[in-house]
Amino acid sequence: MTVPPAVLTVAGMLTNSLEVAMAQRQAANTPNEAVIAVRGLRKRYGSDEAVRGIDLEVRRGEIFAFLGPNGAGKTTTVEILEGFRTATAGTVEVLGADPANAPAHWRERIGVVLQESQAEPGLTVRECLQLYSGYYRAPRPVDETLALVGLREQADQRATSLSGGQRRRLDVALALAGDPELVFLDEPTTGFDPSARRLAWEVIAGLREIGKTVFLTTHYMDEAERLADRIAVIAAGRIVASGTPQTLGDRNLSAARISLTLPHDASIRDLPEPLAERAQGQGGGHVLIESHTVAADLHALSGWALARGFDLDDLDVTRPTLEDVYLSLTQSETATETARSQR
Amino acid sequence: MILILSRLFRAWRERNAAASHDAVDAAVIPAPTSLIAGTKSHPGRRTPAGGGPLTLLAHQVRFDLLAAFRNPRARFFTIAFPIILLVILAGVFGHGTTVVDGVHVKLSHFYIPGILAMSIITSAYATLVVSIASARETGILKRRRATPVSATILIGGQALATLVTTAAMTAVLLLIGRFAYGFSVAPGALVAIACTVIVGTLSFACISYAVAGLIGSVDAAQPIVQATVMPLYFISGIWIPNENLSHTLQSIASVFPVEHLASALHLASVHSSFSAAFAPKDLLVLAIWGLAAAAIAARRFSWLPSVATA
Repeated sequence: MTVPPAVLTVAGMLTNSLEVAMAQRQAANTPNEAVIAVRGLRKRYGSDEAVRGIDLEVRRGEIFAFLGPNGAGKTTTVEILEGFRTATAGTVEVLGADPANAPAHWRERIGVVLQESQAEPGLTVRECLQLYSGYYRAPRPVDETLALVGLREQADQRATSLSGGQRRRLDVALALAGDPELVFLDEPTTGFDPSARRLAWEVIAGLREIGKTVFLTTHYMDEAERLADRIAVIAAGRIVASGTPQTLGDRNLSAARISLTLPHDASIRDLPEPLAERAQGQGGGHVLIESHTVAADLHALSGWALARGFDLDDLDVTRPTLEDVYLSLTQSETATETARSQR
Repeated sequence: MILILSRLFRAWRERNAAASHDAVDAAVIPAPTSLIAGTKSHPGRRTPAGGGPLTLLAHQVRFDLLAAFRNPRARFFTIAFPIILLVILAGVFGHGTTVVDGVHVKLSHFYIPGILAMSIITSAYATLVVSIASARETGILKRRRATPVSATILIGGQALATLVTTAAMTAVLLLIGRFAYGFSVAPGALVAIACTVIVGTLSFACISYAVAGLIGSVDAAQPIVQATVMPLYFISGIWIPNENLSHTLQSIASVFPVEHLASALHLASVHSSFSAAFAPKDLLVLAIWGLAAAAIAARRFSWLPSVATA
């Protein structure tokens, strides 16, 4: 990494809080710069192909969620990006280098939270962070990192005595020790209770605030929906969908469903003209209407109800949730895969 | 204020980017954040990684020692257990005599170098194999290797921390020997003992990495360590004088490093000049074991947990 000498001078003049502003600005200035670029990545273990040709691009400053069921190839992919495994085929570039042959200082710029790793035995939380900070030339201040992950009060406790959620936040702190540009989080909240997950989410969302690029793997839809700027879904080693949480799997374009219960004296045929054709009876007076023109349909429906003098008590309008989309995507792919392998 | 400064900085950077003829923007951009953090966090102070390999090595040794000293099991087996065993063996059998390298010695004096050898093997092999295997299987080694720290620093740091432990235990056992059992060591012999402790500790540390590389789980570590070392303790002059053993057992023992470590320490315990107390052949065998183990470790040792997940 070559640095013009003038950068050093200016950097030296900058104040503490400016770091954050700078980081945000830097992220904002170069939103399209690819921090991770993957093309045609394959990984074979013996006869088993865990990753079957995937393309990925992660841009600076975003939280990218890599979503998929267990065994879909998530961890294999992350381990290739982290430089722990080599690809069977395809090109991988992380921060401008091939992770498999990256120079030593490349690791100064990444932080890694592994799917499974335990605390350093015998050391306190602060000592763990001091140990890891020592590995980097330009580490973050230890106490600031502890505050960021909410472990300042536990700083002098043995790391092994922390609760599961606290230990995971220590993992995040250790990954941040070197002030990396890019942080890998491999299933950071698996096995957490709801309050621990919420805390962990706050910490992860905080990473974006300080300008980090985050590559997050998870099998929780709500986690991806809550945190990610962009999502890619992997199933059986292939990317089956990608997009923002709002557009994934064309969720925004799919039909909304209007559901209601008709009064006793009315039937589907009594509904206004365009609705009566599309309405499906569900038994017990329940009716389901698929709608691409929600405003118009609701207008017609409420006019009709007012004219007949009854209230639409249990009217509900829903779109497929991210979970619905995810399940249909991953199930169809896994089913195809099973069928293929049985043939 | 901050906004003005950052705007100034951006203006400066844009000008700088325009001025530098073929500098790609992307190549320059990653630098400032990390540099700013660095200059800010340690004004005028370098981090261990910034201070060169020796500073970083000292950093690693410091934390490895801290962790080892806070481990109650390691504390018992490396410090308390050898002392207890010495007191028991010397108390029960101490009045007998045996012959070491043609010299008649009291058994209480025989046990001091024997137990010293055992204590070195406990620290540099038994404890080390378990601790390496468990650090690997719990992902600790993988997490460390995800940082810029090199394998040399991690392995070297652990070997040196172990050497500090074995050197301290040598001092403790020799002092107990001196004040409780009237066992004295001449300066020349002390130098020979120091050489043996260094070569023995480093060789067993290499063997530990090889063994840890060959076993796949923490559960296997403890039984394998005991199975490899316990029989050798009986036939290598640690608990039982060599003259009480058959020639067959002695020649079996002479293949393995335990006997050579014990033998080198016994030799130094009965002679006073360095040339008589120094055991080059034993140290050579130890070193060969160490180098062979290092070669196996280089091929077989992995930093990742043995159960791979997809």
